[in-house]
Amino acid sequence: MCLAIPGQIVELPADQPHLAVVEVSGVRRRVNIDLVRQDGPLSISDWVLIHVGFAMSKISADHADEQMRLLTMLGEADQAKQELEGYQFS
Amino acid sequence: MKYVDEFRDAQLIRQAAAEIRKLARRDRQYRLMEVCGGHTHAIYRFALADLLPDNIELVHGPGCPVCVLPMGRVDDGLSLTADPKVILTAFGDMMRVPGRSGSPLEHKARGADIRMVYSPLDALKLAQKNPDREVVFFAIGFETTAPSTALTLRQARALGVRNFSVFCNHVTIIPAIRAILDSPDMRVQAFIGPGHVSTVIGCRPYEFICRDYGKPLVTSGFEPLDVLQSIVMILRQLEAGTAKVENQYARVVPWEGNLPALKAMAEVFELRSYFEWRGLGFISQSALKLKDTYAEWDAERRFSMPGIRVTDPKAAQCGEVLKGVLKPHQCKLFGRQCTPEQPVGALMVSSEGACAAYYNYALRTTSAATV
Ligand code: SF4
Repeated sequence: MCLAIPGQIVELPADQPHLAVVEVSGVRRRVNIDLVRQDGPLSISDWVLIHVGFAMSKISADHADEQMRLLTMLGEADQAKQELEGYQFS
Repeated sequence: MKYVDEFRDAQLIRQAAAEIRKLARRDRQYRLMEVCGGHTHAIYRFALADLLPDNIELVHGPGCPVCVLPMGRVDDGLSLTADPKVILTAFGDMMRVPGRSGSPLEHKARGADIRMVYSPLDALKLAQKNPDREVVFFAIGFETTAPSTALTLRQARALGVRNFSVFCNHVTIIPAIRAILDSPDMRVQAFIGPGHVSTVIGCRPYEFICRDYGKPLVTSGFEPLDVLQSIVMILRQLEAGTAKVENQYARVVPWEGNLPALKAMAEVFELRSYFEWRGLGFISQSALKLKDTYAEWDAERRFSMPGIRVTDPKAAQCGEVLKGVLKPHQCKLFGRQCTPEQPVGALMVSSEGACAAYYNYALRTTSAATV
C-alpha cells in the first residue's frame, strides 16, 4: 500500500480549490491536493504521486513514466487503476 | 541476472552491480536493512539479491504497516461491529489481516458490516451518506498515510460530521528504527531509508542514526536501479568510514519533508506514551493518537474498546522475521500452515510483508527444496 500512483492533472475545479481531477490509465477521479499546494499553484498537465486519495508530491513527467512502469513490473498497475476507480468521495 | 534484461536501464543496472562487487570487501560481511515494505517487495520481485555478492545480506525491516500491527488491535477494531449501528471501514490490506477469530474479511462474510475503502475520505463520505449509522475508519500506516487521516479528520470537523470516527493505529518510523538499533540481536551496518515516508518527514529525523550510532542511511527510490545505487552510496560511506544521511530519491524526497503534511499531523495527532508492535514489543512514543481537540472523532474514546492483547501462535515466528533474525522460509509455518491464501501472520498478508514477498517470488526462483 506504500507505492504511490502517478496521475496527471486534467482539471482544477474552480469551486473546489482543494481538489483536482487526475487521470491514471484512462480513469479520471478527483483527489485531494492540499499537501502539494505549498510550492505554488498546480497547473493542468502537471504530474503528482497519489496515495489513498491524496496527492503527496509533484513529480516530473519522466518520473511519472518510470513510476507507472515500476507498478506494472511489480504487478500492481491494475491494482492502482482499481484504487483510483474505487475513490468514492467526490 | 535473470530480470536485468527486462529493464530499460539494464546497462546502468549492470554497472551498479559491478560497482557494488568492486566496493564490497571480500573479508567483510555486510548486513543492510531496507526499512520500507515497498523496498522489500521490489527487492524480491526483481531478485535484486541475486545481483549482490554473497557477503551482502539485505535484512527486511519493520516498514510494512499491517505486519507490525498486533493481533489484539485487529480484534479491538472488529469488536466495534457488535454494535449494529457501526460500519467499520478499512484499507484492502487490512481486510485480510487475521485476528483471533478471523480477519475483517471473514467477519464480513459472517455478516459484520465492514467495508473496504481506498481512502479515508471515502469513509467520511460514507458517514455523510449514512447519518443514522456510526462510521469508523480503521486507520493504519506510517507517516506516508497519517497526513491523509489528519486531513480527513480536519474535514470531518469543518463539515461537522459527527457520526465519523477514527480507530487510530498510525505508527511512526523513527522509534522503530531506534528500537532495532538498540536490540541486542540486531546487527545492521546501514539502512536503505524509506522513500515515501521520507517525502513527508524529510531526511533530518534520520540524523541521529548517523550521529549516535555511526551508521549511514540512504533514502531510496523503488526502482531496481534506485536500490542498487543506494547500496553503492552506502558501501562508499562504509568504505570511507563516514556515516551520514544521503538522499538517493531527491526527485521525490525534499530534505525538509512536506510541511503541510507535518502541520496537519501536528494539529490532529499527538504521540502515545507507548504502543505495541508485533515482533518488536512495546516501543515508547512510537504511535499516534488523536489530540483532545479531536476527542469527538476518536473511536477509542467514543466506544468502549476491550483493549485486547493476544500472544501470537507459538510456532509463528513473525517477530524474528520482522527483526531480520530469521529468513521467512525458516519459520516453521512458512508455506505449510501459513500461505498468502491462509495467512497465520500478517507478514504473509501484504505484498510488502517479507513472508508474502518471499513466497510469491523467491520460492519461484530459488530451489523449493530449501524450504
Ligand atoms: S510464515 Fe507466517 S507465521 Fe511464519 S513468520 Fe511468516 S507470517 Fe509469521
